[in-house]
Amino acid sequence: MNVLIYLVPAALALGLTGLVAFLWSLKSGQYDDIEGAALRILGDDDVRD
Amino acid sequence: MAETLDLSTFVQHQDGTAHMVLAVDGVACAACVHKIEASLKRLPGVVGARLNFTNRRLAVDWHEGEVAAVDLIAALEDIGYRAHPFQADSSETEEARHARFLIKCLAVAGFAAMNIMLLSVSVWSGAIDMPQETRDFFHWLSALIALPAAAYAGQPFFRSAWRALRTRQLNMDVPISLGVLLALGMSLVETANHAAHAYFDSATMLLFFLLCGRALDHAMRRKTRAVAGNLAALKAAFAHRLDGVELTRVPAAALKTGDRVLVRPGDRVPADGIVLNGASEIDESLVTGETARRAIAAGAEIHAGSINFSGTLTIRVTAAGSGTLIDEIERLLEKAVAARSRYVRLADRAAQLYAPVVHATAALTLVGWLAFGASAHDAIVTAIAVLIITCPCALALAIPTVQVVAAGALFRSGVILNAGDAIERLSEIDTVIFDKTGTLTLPEPRVANADEINPALLQRAARLALSSRHPLAAAVAKEANARVPFEGATEEPGQGVCVVIDGVAARLGSLSFCGIANPEPIAPGTSLIAFRHGALSALLLVRQTLRLDAVETANALRAMGLDLMILSGDRADAVAPIAAALGIADWHAALKPVGKIAAIDALKQHGRRVLMVGDGLNDAPALAAAHVSLSPISAADITQAQADAVFLSERLGPVRDTIMIARRARRLMRQNLWLAVIYNAIAVPVAIVGLVTPLIAAAAMSGSSILVTLNALRARLPARQARSGTATNVAIEEHAS
Repeated sequence: MNVLIYLVPAALALGLTGLVAFLWSLKSGQYDDIEGAALRILGDDDVRD
Repeated sequence: MAETLDLSTFVQHQDGTAHMVLAVDGVACAACVHKIEASLKRLPGVVGARLNFTNRRLAVDWHEGEVAAVDLIAALEDIGYRAHPFQADSSETEEARHARFLIKCLAVAGFAAMNIMLLSVSVWSGAIDMPQETRDFFHWLSALIALPAAAYAGQPFFRSAWRALRTRQLNMDVPISLGVLLALGMSLVETANHAAHAYFDSATMLLFFLLCGRALDHAMRRKTRAVAGNLAALKAAFAHRLDGVELTRVPAAALKTGDRVLVRPGDRVPADGIVLNGASEIDESLVTGETARRAIAAGAEIHAGSINFSGTLTIRVTAAGSGTLIDEIERLLEKAVAARSRYVRLADRAAQLYAPVVHATAALTLVGWLAFGASAHDAIVTAIAVLIITCPCALALAIPTVQVVAAGALFRSGVILNAGDAIERLSEIDTVIFDKTGTLTLPEPRVANADEINPALLQRAARLALSSRHPLAAAVAKEANARVPFEGATEEPGQGVCVVIDGVAARLGSLSFCGIANPEPIAPGTSLIAFRHGALSALLLVRQTLRLDAVETANALRAMGLDLMILSGDRADAVAPIAAALGIADWHAALKPVGKIAAIDALKQHGRRVLMVGDGLNDAPALAAAHVSLSPISAADITQAQADAVFLSERLGPVRDTIMIARRARRLMRQNLWLAVIYNAIAVPVAIVGLVTPLIAAAAMSGSSILVTLNALRARLPARQARSGTATNVAIEEHAS
């Protein structure tokens, strides 16, 4: 069972990474306009022709 | 005289870049986002334009001097969107900050709950063959996650509980905080003693569930507030300010005391003031409820919200609250607000009952176990287990979840909640009091005898009316099916408009202007406007008309067992026919604001719970005095601020919908509370006899929370009743036009 000594902290570290990523995305305003984000993907103004 | 528009109050400057937020109307689809942003970015100097589709606000940045704020709005108007500068008030910014904090807490609690559950499931499933060292290792790890997470994510509850305790009160957050803290403390001690059970998972899961409820509640409130803020911005009036001899168009909010303002016929008076010169008739129905017009001349006092009818006026803006009427209303408002007893929410009432019972039960458990010879350790652990299992997870979710769903249902029927506890108060009412002018009747006058006039003739009159700025003409113009004005129409100020249609002269205006003899006298409050087209002529009666579904709504309200009453500031002979049409026997006319309050107080004395529906400035104190209040969106600003909810529709139906949704929500709240009680009735005996393990606690808590939440979802109205579903958008558009 010694494997747990590093597997469990590794699992926690992964979870913590997820939490930090979420907090970062919240801070950078990615949830300020949830409906708009769904619609923006339909626009093609980023396509250069 | 060219008039410039001054928007400087809304523009923020930073390092040569200007920033402005606009509330945009009419954004409906994905294409709009792109169209709006692209059209602005094409303008020279604009460096950024981003439309937030969720709250319909557009943030624009541009290099100063290269483009003016006015041009941005004009550019939007060119592509068909109405926009108005928007300034978030401090409460909205504060709310946004708090919402973000709640979501952070939710994320932390979610992370902690998931990871601790991962460890706990291993402990539960390995209960028999897991070595003690491994179990302790898992418990210590859980503690390592749970303690900082609870310290952070529990803040909303701990703070609220502390605030309540300091004022010697109990709210739902007190038992929650106590439960979480005791669960954590006991688990820590048990872990140190190598015991089998730790409740770290229960504590964090509890926080996670409760934060879900809080965050949802908050999100819904922010959503409705954003819509209300946009409506207010789009409704905001502009004023023509006289700077020396030059005329500048400024937002009414930017007016200062002492400014001179020009008010043209057909305009709404933008601020309270004193008439410097000019003479006119003004319609003060939004201020006093009186529908008959008042003649004014230089020196007269004039209130914001009145409509100028005939002549151009110059007014000097006076400080807010300097007029005698405003003074009186503010004084009454202050008194009414001070007298309003603090409403104790259902959740807090439940908590005041619940907390002592639960804590007494835990204490008795402790004493009981000691009495039966158990060790102090076992007795304490069991008593704390009782507290953990009764920790009001379901109880604390029972009400907010219903609240969220009901507020959403209201929002879809075009009702915006101002006060958080309005739903509970709305469900308790037994009497509905209406103001007449602008509430039972439409805020603007309409042609009353449209049915009796030859439709073709009426259409011609209505199209001709489009060319006039006169308020009476505006009423006639509303009858037009096609909003196409005739070409070449000319207006003779104070007389009417004329044009040649199909080679025949047509005139719309006063009787003499159209060459029609004076008919029999008409009722006061009604205005006559004549139309002549060659040999054909028509007399149009313009007056306040009932909202389309007023009769239907009155009947529906009576069918719901509510008593109806009218309290109006208008004359008796104007109120009587309306009361008769609606079948309301109990009506009072010519009331001053004091009179309205007195009537409401008299009802209160008899134990009545009153819903006041009103729009005028004179209704504001009455709205504050009533148990709960509603306003149409066309209401005066002060009045709207007092109302617990605002409805957007031109119809009166939302009043009925609101009460129905509120009553339904109340029923579900009670059901949910009973569900929580039943859950406790089952779980507490199990805990008292000491059979609760962390596994049982976790299952019971999540089970009851989910049950209560599912029940709350029933607060949405069935599809049949929510037929005014698109009312929000329709009303917003109606209002914009």
